[in-house]
Amino acid sequence: MKLKPRILTIALCLGLAACGSEEGSPPAAGTETEIPPESEVVETGSEPAAEIEPEVAMEDSPETPPAEPAGTVEEDDPPAEVAGAAGNGETVKVGVLHSLSGTMAISETSLRDVLLFAFDEINANGGVMGRMIEPVVVDGASDWPLFAERARGLLEQDQVSVVFGCWTSVSRKFVLPVFEELDGLLFYPVQYEGEEMSPNIFYTAEAVNQQAIPAVDYMLEQGMEKFYLLGSDYVYPRTTNLVLMEYLLSKGVPLENIGGGFDRDEAGNITSAGKYTPFGHTDYQQIVAEIQQFAAGGNTCIINTLNGDTNVPFFREYAAAGMTSDTCPVVSFSISEDEFRGLPARQLVGQLGCWTYFMSLNTPANQQFVENFMNWLAGTEVAGIEKENRVTCSPMVLSYNGVYLWKKAVEAAGTFDTQPVLEQLRNGISFDGPGGTVTTQENHHLTKNVYIGETLPNGQFRVIRTFDQVYGEPFLLGTFAGGGEEEAGAVEEDAAE
Amino acid sequence: MKEKTFSRTHLLILGLLSILLIVVLPVANAHGYISNFQLNTWGKYLCYAMLAISVDLLWGYTGLLSLGQAMFFTLGGYMFGMHLMLMIGRLGSYQSDLPDFMVFSGLTTLPSFWQPFYSFSFSMLMVVLLPALVALAFGFLAFRARIKGVYFSILTQALTYSAALLFFRNELMMGGDNGFTGFRRLFGAEIRSPEVQRWLFVATGIALVATYVFCRWLTRSKFGLIQQAVRDIEARVLFSGYSAAAFKLFVFVLSAVIASIGGALYVAQVGSINPNAMTPDKSLEAVVWCAVGGRGTLVGPIIGAVSVNAAKSWATQAYPDLWLIMLGAIFVLVVLFMPRGLVGLPAQFAWAGRRINAFIQERRGRRPNSDDDGNDGGDDDSGGPGTSRQPPDPPTEASAMSDPVPADPPGDPANPHARGQTEPPLTPAAQPQPRRTSADPDPSTP
Repeated sequence: MKLKPRILTIALCLGLAACGSEEGSPPAAGTETEIPPESEVVETGSEPAAEIEPEVAMEDSPETPPAEPAGTVEEDDPPAEVAGAAGNGETVKVGVLHSLSGTMAISETSLRDVLLFAFDEINANGGVMGRMIEPVVVDGASDWPLFAERARGLLEQDQVSVVFGCWTSVSRKFVLPVFEELDGLLFYPVQYEGEEMSPNIFYTAEAVNQQAIPAVDYMLEQGMEKFYLLGSDYVYPRTTNLVLMEYLLSKGVPLENIGGGFDRDEAGNITSAGKYTPFGHTDYQQIVAEIQQFAAGGNTCIINTLNGDTNVPFFREYAAAGMTSDTCPVVSFSISEDEFRGLPARQLVGQLGCWTYFMSLNTPANQQFVENFMNWLAGTEVAGIEKENRVTCSPMVLSYNGVYLWKKAVEAAGTFDTQPVLEQLRNGISFDGPGGTVTTQENHHLTKNVYIGETLPNGQFRVIRTFDQVYGEPFLLGTFAGGGEEEAGAVEEDAAE
Repeated sequence: MKEKTFSRTHLLILGLLSILLIVVLPVANAHGYISNFQLNTWGKYLCYAMLAISVDLLWGYTGLLSLGQAMFFTLGGYMFGMHLMLMIGRLGSYQSDLPDFMVFSGLTTLPSFWQPFYSFSFSMLMVVLLPALVALAFGFLAFRARIKGVYFSILTQALTYSAALLFFRNELMMGGDNGFTGFRRLFGAEIRSPEVQRWLFVATGIALVATYVFCRWLTRSKFGLIQQAVRDIEARVLFSGYSAAAFKLFVFVLSAVIASIGGALYVAQVGSINPNAMTPDKSLEAVVWCAVGGRGTLVGPIIGAVSVNAAKSWATQAYPDLWLIMLGAIFVLVVLFMPRGLVGLPAQFAWAGRRINAFIQERRGRRPNSDDDGNDGGDDDSGGPGTSRQPPDPPTEASAMSDPVPADPPGDPANPHARGQTEPPLTPAAQPQPRRTSADPDPSTP
């Protein structure tokens, strides 16, 4: 008997939850009338403001509880109809899957912004095959299983034609099975470790040979002889450094000139090269001391794949130890213009970065792009977009390029279906983007220019070296093994098979 | 005097809901009335509900606020995940017998501790055993040292954090940051196929119902009463000759196993697991589900887990920019105005209804001689809760606050007598507890 009200609540909650998860309305179509079901419950719940209740009271006025929940459920129905009415043939739905909250939001919201900008730009010029792009923006919330769930929601419920999204490798790994299962198409825009070529993902990102290897080439040109590998402990730094170790060995750099330490398996094969620190690590004193020792002979550089915030304590310690870009330069692969909105650029002046785009590129295409983007930012009314101190950076431009490459591929294929579009992309489509011409390749990567830049005090980079039209190659482990030490090579050949 | 574990209505409703979960929803899915996506998402919520029950068993019933339950959940996920990783076989992107992450970490042979996970039953055994052992070791040390209250919460939080750091290390050969993903096969069948997913949903439904029934039986048994007595007046339980530490240890291990089973089912349905799922904020989330649903009840955590996660799923899609604010506001409001969570709502409505009735009667009958603010302050939120909290049930409240030991039995509370004699006083002390758990400040107040 006393359970009855509880059961009503269960029914109410299940009902609410069902309505909630069936909701598919994109934010653009969302109206002010939509009331989150939970908040309704709370509002009604706040009125009595009672805490302790004798049991008898429930039976005294049983009509009260059913009356309220019923109202709540009814109020929840209209939005479902709104959502259903939104899908007519005028538009093409495009998914945007980035973290707008959580730890990755600081990086990923910029990509959301540039994507919305690209959609508006395309829509202003007549859309894609005459259809306007209707963005469906969802929040992955830096929560990887939620990325997978949202990807599934975008593909199954919203029936989007293409998704632009993901930043971290782990988020990509989590959504990959979903895209393969449902035959979706994902454009992935951020430098990554390679060793992957999903038939349903198009990697506009920099492969290792479009960032790390050109950077090392440049360092070798500068006469560097010793390389210290330092990174955060996750798959991108580890894979990159393993590739770099092989590459350095193949260039005749002896193993003892590669710093950071090695892990070996029981058979003595190297499984990992470099020094790794966990996310959020703050104490770099010992590591910097080790680097100083390693760098004693001169001509040493640091290959830095540290992620995000951990760069701050590292560079502070580095400066405190008296090292400068002249004595022991650092080349970083995870710090772009956008990161300098949160990092102190002055500590990094003179250090090197390597990307396929810099905001400071002095080309008419880039200047036009930056100007248009800034104008769009000033005028946009989308909630949550930051308007102050904005910059452009490589992942943003690669996202932007992805939208245009997709548009061109759709127009070439004459359809929005995944496979024909992918077919066109594999055949090679070029786009003159802000960072120079990019061309799609058969292996789902892009041929693009690679730039090496020197950090300036204002958080920009001065381009000091350009590698034209570098072919993106995802599978590099083992490919340089020939000239190196036998033992290091043997493992990697196995790995590549 | 002794309440039956299941009343007739309760059995009926439980039966109906179980049939809905285990039969109706999957059948509806098989016939296309519910999309695979919906069913899959709901399967995930049910796994979370198991995690929430495990939190509640500790927090709501035993007064131990564990902030480490997500670790047990994730451990269960990893144990089953290891089996699923091995079942990928040569279908991975390297066509190697080893899982992909091992290949690009340069391994050529499977680490020996992975070897037994080829067996499904071994992996299931580990789902139960490993979290149980971890909980046993940790709980033994913690409870023997009489660590309780916030110190216990902090320790469990530290435990899950250190476990997350450990699993983030690639040297552990558990996939590091990327964790496990890309599962292909279970029992030789395509794991993402609707049929397998449907069966996994059924399994989750059964596990949840079984957990619920078991926990309800447990909390209504004599064991449950002692458990609640430990929550309310641990010293008295000790003086009565019970080993409180042993009871707490048992509940801790039990809830670890429940969380772990939930985690194993979660991994199979969500298709991925990484150490992020062990970070302390995930455990905190589970506590929030519990609080929203209503702690100290068993349906509360289920409702809380399902509704909060459904709201999250919906809001991250419909209001990607505002959902955090919305959910945060809901949590704050729930804590402020719904101390017993969603399951406490009907009682609150009933109370409000009664007060309004009384007020109207009073108005009608005679001149309102007094301005007892509890009445017309009912609809203004600001002044409401603080002032009107007291009136509804003065005797219970007063006796609970001023003197934890009810005055009815003549026996001296501090008198450690034999069991037979101390049981009667324990029962009345514990019996009213479920209804006023949230007013009970000691386990939660930081």
